[in-house]
Amino acid sequence: MSERSKPTPEMIRAYGDRKDDGRIQLSFTLPVAPSGRAKEAARRFAEKLGLKNVLVATMEKAGSTFSFFVVYGNADFALDFSEIIVPEVTVPEWGFKEINHLVHDELGRKVVVVGACTGSDAHTVGIDAILNMKGYAGDKGLEAYPWFDAYNLGAQVDNAALLARAKELRADAVLVSQIMTQRDLHIENSQQLIELARKGGMRDLIFLLGGPRIDHKLARELGYDAGFGPGTKPSQVASYIVDTLLKRRHGAAQER
Amino acid sequence: MHPLPIDDAVVDECRALAGDIAAGVQRFIDAHTTVSIERTVLRAYGIDGADAEGVPLVNTCVDRYLAAGRIGHGIAWWLGRALARGAASPQEAAETLAYGGDADDGTGGPSKAEVLAALAPHTAAAISRIDQARDKRAADRTRLGTGPRPWKYVIVATGNIYDDADQARAAAQAGADIIAVIRSTAQSLIDYVPYGATTEGFGGTWATQENFKIVRRALDDEQEKLGRYLMQVNYSSGLCMPEIALLGAVERLDMLLNDAMYGILFRDINPRRTLCDQYFSRRVIARAGIIINTGEDNYLTTADAVDKAHTVMASQFINEAFARRAGLPDELMGLGHAFEIDKSIEDSFLMEIAQAQLVRQIFPRHPIKWMPATKHKSGDIFWSHRVDGLYDLVGVATEQSIELLGMMTESIHTPLLQDRFAALKGADYVFNAARHLSDEIIWNPNGRVVARAKQVLGEARDLLREVKGEGMFSAVARGAFADVKRPETGGRGLGGVVEKDGNYVNPILDALEGKA
Repeated sequence: MSERSKPTPEMIRAYGDRKDDGRIQLSFTLPVAPSGRAKEAARRFAEKLGLKNVLVATMEKAGSTFSFFVVYGNADFALDFSEIIVPEVTVPEWGFKEINHLVHDELGRKVVVVGACTGSDAHTVGIDAILNMKGYAGDKGLEAYPWFDAYNLGAQVDNAALLARAKELRADAVLVSQIMTQRDLHIENSQQLIELARKGGMRDLIFLLGGPRIDHKLARELGYDAGFGPGTKPSQVASYIVDTLLKRRHGAAQER
Repeated sequence: MHPLPIDDAVVDECRALAGDIAAGVQRFIDAHTTVSIERTVLRAYGIDGADAEGVPLVNTCVDRYLAAGRIGHGIAWWLGRALARGAASPQEAAETLAYGGDADDGTGGPSKAEVLAALAPHTAAAISRIDQARDKRAADRTRLGTGPRPWKYVIVATGNIYDDADQARAAAQAGADIIAVIRSTAQSLIDYVPYGATTEGFGGTWATQENFKIVRRALDDEQEKLGRYLMQVNYSSGLCMPEIALLGAVERLDMLLNDAMYGILFRDINPRRTLCDQYFSRRVIARAGIIINTGEDNYLTTADAVDKAHTVMASQFINEAFARRAGLPDELMGLGHAFEIDKSIEDSFLMEIAQAQLVRQIFPRHPIKWMPATKHKSGDIFWSHRVDGLYDLVGVATEQSIELLGMMTESIHTPLLQDRFAALKGADYVFNAARHLSDEIIWNPNGRVVARAKQVLGEARDLLREVKGEGMFSAVARGAFADVKRPETGGRGLGGVVEKDGNYVNPILDALEGKA
């Protein structure tokens, strides 16, 4: 990369009351009873985090040997925003009708999608929002799409079982929802699915990962095609799948 | 508190319909037993322990007689035979059933009278064990007293029972009345109760008899310091529903999550299995004086809280009907419901208050369990904390009995110590500030709240009529509740449901039903 292609630096700091004041708030618990010493400990703790002008706004008794603090301080750090590059999913803004038309006209067959909450995860809120008829925030779920066959396998589905079902149904895409995040179980389990898919020669399917603690960057790192975080609508997932299938078909045609 | 002007005839009709629905299922229940019921019978007789692989002795016994096709006679029958033949104790008799030569094929003596006589003193001891635990709880509660209602209910879920006990103490010090130890995620789907103290779990802590003891010991100690009785909750649900009820009974649990339909709908447990198990578990729970918490709040996590509010109410009537059949008094029926309406809807607060008030007045003596927003929450903890403030206000204004406090970090992680503290402090403020608000409210007979309450009640009645018409099993199969469809012969655990022989023996059930 040449010097000239470097973007113009754009330095930013946290904005509290005035530009670049760096004022931030944080809250935490220390395992000691409230006291003058405890308060001083909270102040020093915040200073060790790099904060200046620390104000311990409150010290509350959260138990006989626990104190809860709300603390304000100035963080002097400045970041060059121009240097921050995060891969983001680029999804065409297609709606329900448009997606179905595209599948009908361009692919001429139904798109098959299989989804599940994998591992020990029993929370189906996310996968239900994307797949079930009702959908999410007024956006219909993939079950409602006439040109999609959507299969919601529900909760606590074993990775191997999910892949077996995807193979049997000749799925185009596999949707994995991971909500439980204790001890980073979601990461281990999500990675294992991709490894199994690679070993089973199924990595050419589209693999999507979703959940409250998932973003596109993490999903890519774990070997998925894309990641979807909280607030994702079913039509965004459908658009991504259709767009990818169309691009792949186009690519394959060119290679021939 | 001024009641909503609703038509009592509709309420009476709902109760009658739910009673008929439960009666239809009861015929099936009375004709069947399950492996978990039989294991509970053994646990009631004090059978304890597990083998080197961690398989509980009660499982080995029951599985062996199930495989031999003899469980329809009741495991108590085989235990009684071993006792009558000279086993020194029920424990020794159970070890014979599990590990002795061939499974007893029932040929030769002893006679039925001898078997029943051999069981009788142990049956009396089993019931006495439950009664003693109940009496101890009642004495502690009377001596120390409980906090004002709504009781503040919080959750601990570290995975390590010793950390749970510490967090339970901290929560109690910050004002909690009730501590629930969330179970390890998949426990409802395993067909045995793990053994001993545990320090690793997934999203929660394993429910074991030893873990119940550890938390109770911490609360026993802490409540003396605080001068306020502290309650422990766990889960009598899933494939081991009746066994957990029995363990909860002898370990003095105060509340158990226990629902006639939850396992079917949300854990895909076979409908026949769950309906049989709920009956026996509730017989135990009734004897033990434990408050059940039903799980209707969960319906609203899958179905829409505005459109499907009536399914919650219909299910409450059904849960009540099943609970009555199992001998539970109203005072032990913690029927559940939740603050789950989409927060972006105009007047959502009015709809919430309508339903909460409706539930309160239709089930007046029941310790109603009020559950917080979970679905329509976000990582914005400040907004979320305000949602919980309105939730607390509905709770106190409509005199809910048990309130599971909302956490501002609901959609982020299992609660941190400080999250519970913030929730407790916030609830204390709202409850105190609005302590007698309910006395001041008179409902506008032509207003939105009354109209909404009438609508929900009417729709609940219509649904109950449908369910009665088609029968409970087919209603569940077509997705009448929570938009979830569960066929009668689908789901987990059907293999553990067995038709009773004509000569079925279960002295524990007879005693719990007041027949002995």
